[in-house]
Amino acid sequence: MAKCPNKDGKLITGAEIITESLIKENVDVIFGYPGGQVIPIFDTLYDYDCFNFILPRHEQAVVHAADGYARVTGRAGVGIVTSGPGATNTVTGLATAYMDSIPMVLITGQVPTHLIGNDAFQESDVTGITRPISKHNFLVKDIKDLARTIKEAFHIAESGRPGPVVIDIPSDIQKASFEFNYPEKAEIRSYSPSYEGNIKQIKKAAELINKSKKAVLYVGGGVIISGAYKELIALAEKANIPVTMTLMGLGSMPSDHQLSMGMLGMHGTYYANHAVQKSDLLISVGARFDDRVTGKLSEFASNAKIIHIDIDPTSIAKNVKVDVPVVGDAKNILTKLISEVAETKHEEWVSTIDNWKKTHPLEYKQDDNLRPQYVLEILAEITEGKAIITTDVGQHQMWAAQYSNIKYPRSFLTSGGLGTMGFGFPAGLGAKLAVPEKDVFIIAGDGGVQMNIQELSTAVDKNIPVKIVIINNGFLGMVRQWQELFYKKRYSETILTGNPDFVKLAEAYNAVGIRVTKKSEVRDAFKQAMEIDNTVVMDFVVEPEENVFPFVPAGKALHEIIRGLA
Amino acid sequence: MKHTISILVENHFGVLARVAGLFSARGFNIESLAVGETEDDTISRMTIIVSGDENILEQVMKQLNKLIDVIKVNEISASSVKRDLLLVKVSSNKNNRKDLMQLVDIFRAKIIDISSGSMVIEITGDEDKILAFLELLTPFGIKEVARTGIIALSRGH
Ligand SMILES: Cc1ncc(C[n+]2csc(CCOP(=O)(O)OP(=O)(O)O)c2C)c(N)n1
Repeated sequence: MAKCPNKDGKLITGAEIITESLIKENVDVIFGYPGGQVIPIFDTLYDYDCFNFILPRHEQAVVHAADGYARVTGRAGVGIVTSGPGATNTVTGLATAYMDSIPMVLITGQVPTHLIGNDAFQESDVTGITRPISKHNFLVKDIKDLARTIKEAFHIAESGRPGPVVIDIPSDIQKASFEFNYPEKAEIRSYSPSYEGNIKQIKKAAELINKSKKAVLYVGGGVIISGAYKELIALAEKANIPVTMTLMGLGSMPSDHQLSMGMLGMHGTYYANHAVQKSDLLISVGARFDDRVTGKLSEFASNAKIIHIDIDPTSIAKNVKVDVPVVGDAKNILTKLISEVAETKHEEWVSTIDNWKKTHPLEYKQDDNLRPQYVLEILAEITEGKAIITTDVGQHQMWAAQYSNIKYPRSFLTSGGLGTMGFGFPAGLGAKLAVPEKDVFIIAGDGGVQMNIQELSTAVDKNIPVKIVIINNGFLGMVRQWQELFYKKRYSETILTGNPDFVKLAEAYNAVGIRVTKKSEVRDAFKQAMEIDNTVVMDFVVEPEENVFPFVPAGKALHEIIRGLA
Repeated sequence: MKHTISILVENHFGVLARVAGLFSARGFNIESLAVGETEDDTISRMTIIVSGDENILEQVMKQLNKLIDVIKVNEISASSVKRDLLLVKVSSNKNNRKDLMQLVDIFRAKIIDISSGSMVIEITGDEDKILAFLELLTPFGIKEVARTGIIALSRGH
């Protein structure tokens, strides 16, 4: 590229060191929002043509967009924001990325070093604020450390159990000069994640698998991060072990694979939850026994021995007693495990589950009303699992997880750990920038979509044509559902009166709006939206009080699942 | 059950906050904490006493290890060398000064400061010795106490 200089060995400013370092890290898209303490960086960027710079309209969206980009590519998303309010606006996004182990490097401007600690204008203690919600953070106080710090930040963000890393850079450091030498490798003596699983442990795991009669594979986001899908399927097929996925694990195995039981947990399938409860061996790969997954812990898989494969030792034995822990990279460990396990059929067990699949499928009322599940089912049918789906948080998120028929890894992006409303839209923009050739559908509620609706500006301005599917039930649906079931239908502050006309809203931003109120219109509406080379806001006015089932109420055991239609 | 954990960390700014933050965020209790540089001035040693069962100890150690700035985490065994330093100000007067001095002698403590109404005594030792000493001082009237917190090293190998 023309204006993409290489300044190795030259005396350059801190701002230039930052941009040059990003080039060295092969960063192509940067999300950012300017402000007083990052003007030097933005001024330098003005001369660089080698980045696709995206200006979301809110720093929360900067981080979610970088997050969406990272979820699709597996590489660190990059954000740059100013000090004080710019940095504090990123907190929700960082916490979201941290909970879901998403690699990210966020650069925050800081007041000049001599003012730090003085309550200067737009000063905030960014390393203090972000410490518990980032994998690591740095405050660069000496320009000599800048290039090395950036190298280390990318290395930490992308290796081991990934996560967001914050680099706080005072503005005087951005203006100071130093000779640019980007280190080849990050060398951090106190940090070396272990990738290789202990072979003795792997053999023990294989023994348990070979002896088991009713094994279940319970897999999470770690399988996706590690790229262990082929190995997962190979292991499942060799020993004929049914697989259930967490919300974060969806896409590890195609949901129409005959060994897939779909999602488990609070809104998991009847058969996945029952299989876990009846299992004699639970093989957990890259999952962390979250309370939304386990339900009442003391009754979770209580007859099963547990194998836990995870790269993060702190995840192991945190919530449940584990019989065989294996620390390391999922792909690595599964590869070795496959050669150790015997080919088996587990016929009785698999046929029991197949039977449950027939008798207790996911289901919803079939009538003429426009129901959310139908909208998502048709979307899955039309996109054939080839699109990227991002979701916001609420009922629509659970329906999307249940009905999207997710076939490929990194194609279902959702805030699993933090459950952040406002995530879906900006994450969808990041995803579309990562893979422009794919259709990106953003599933959101009429509540959450308004938490980052300003991004219509970004989408239209930068021509990032995403399709926003609003499941418009006129309620903060998920909360309303809990109020209906556990609080005597006292709908305290969950009725969304005063929603905008989403079609007109889209038009005001020069996007396209489509409203759908009838079942018969759904298919055509999606087809039409896919043909429009612009951002489309689709307002699906659905059955207002539809509930998400099946449902394991909080604190109940997985087998105490409520089916809904009965 | 009390455990003594010895942690080697990068001697960076903010590391203490990271370690302390981890304990508060995860609901672990620190009974005492001592920090100081080691023979290598880029590395500090933290000695932390935590109470809890084996599971808590395991989680604490794993979580500490996960911190990027933590180089090494060890549980210090019961047989290792542990020392605490205590300064105590105790009421004293003509009548009891002799008794106090005897006690100081027996415990191999040191009197650092004497005034008409009180004296300041320094003592080092392990937890048991210090507690025993404090107990015997109590009848005299303890006015103030300061402790460094336990530091520990494993014995030569
Ligand atoms: C930032 C944030 N605030 C509040 C919540 C709590 N919450 C979870 S789901 C939900 C309702 C979401 O309503 P809507 O976006 O309309 O989606 P629906 O559940 O109706 O599909 C709320 C308020 C949250 N998850 N995130």
